[in-house]
Amino acid sequence: MDALVAQLQMQYRNYTVSLYQQGFLDDQFTELKKLQDDASPDFVAEVLSLFFEDCVKLIGNMARALDQTGTVDFSQVGASVHQLKGSSSSVGAKRVKGLCITFKEYCEANNYEGCVRCLQQVDIEFKALQTKLQDMFNLEKQIIQAGGKVPQVDIN
Amino acid sequence: MGMAAAESQFHVLAVDDSSLDRKLIERLLQKSSCQVTTVDSGYKALEFLGLGQGIESNDPNALSTSPQEVEVNLIITDYCMPGMTGYDLLKIVKESSAFKNIPVVIMSSENVPARISRCLEEGAEEFFLKPVRPADLNKLKPHMMKTKLKHQKLEEIEEPLNVVAAAASVEPEIKDPTEVGIKILTLQSELEPKQVHLQVVQQEEQTLSNNKRKSMEEGLSTDRSRPRFECITTAV
Repeated sequence: MDALVAQLQMQYRNYTVSLYQQGFLDDQFTELKKLQDDASPDFVAEVLSLFFEDCVKLIGNMARALDQTGTVDFSQVGASVHQLKGSSSSVGAKRVKGLCITFKEYCEANNYEGCVRCLQQVDIEFKALQTKLQDMFNLEKQIIQAGGKVPQVDIN
Repeated sequence: MGMAAAESQFHVLAVDDSSLDRKLIERLLQKSSCQVTTVDSGYKALEFLGLGQGIESNDPNALSTSPQEVEVNLIITDYCMPGMTGYDLLKIVKESSAFKNIPVVIMSSENVPARISRCLEEGAEEFFLKPVRPADLNKLKPHMMKTKLKHQKLEEIEEPLNVVAAAASVEPEIKDPTEVGIKILTLQSELEPKQVHLQVVQQEEQTLSNNKRKSMEEGLSTDRSRPRFECITTAV
């Protein structure tokens, strides 16, 4: 039983570190984890849930704004990008945030092709992050089910 | 921090249109031992304070809380919000006779020096860049202590004997500078309570002006060559 826990914990550590190394997450995610405790045991999951809801809603707004047969209102697209940039920054979703910065520049330049490309990328990226984090949470569950504690992972 | 009784906890009113950011700031403040009320707009913030009645008196959903019922020690608000921005809220609060002494802190995801100095000039105590960190909240304690002590002064002048009794049994132990105010109260039990409070308030005002200078320096030493971003108010 202990060997299994140790193995799962190592897997979990390696997986978490890789998420940071590959740029999916930044130190704001670490801050989120610090805010989770016995008083608020599901805090990280709850915040991420709000983030992914935001992604779906805002990307929907952007798609609609870019889908105008007449002239595209780039400030409307930009407003949603601004909100998504804020949310991604708040949870430490580094790649999504980076894409939003580029996306915002295309909006300000009224660059339609650039915006459409960014929209596609941001959609792919948030879904990839969602999958990665789901895998991470599943590892946490497995550790707990095996009778172990989820280790605190030190990045750097 | 860790103030014992619920009545002596700091109460912060947090304003942000993003539910994610509201959740975040709420948790940060709770971890800092603050009582938190969150609202999603400047209008709701004013309603909560009791200023809403003048602006939206026809609104059947307006809160009927009177200003005296709810003590707010600090308002922390996002800058970029649809309708009423954080700056608009700041102005209204600072121009109201009832609430101008409540410290207001602005948060923003955009690092715009002109925006920062405009807010500080209008009376904001601090300007935080998002995402807000626990270290930022440590700067808030001196500001909240100021309004807290003013209320305590009114209560304790009526019951000076309690202060003396408490001082006799409490062992002074200064853990961090922000608790100095409370410790002075217990150390100087021989003085008239009124004199003690005056000294404490002066100390807090000194710390306050130091912090204000610091945040202005921090706020203005930013990259001025970055393009200005005008706050986009979303059409809802």
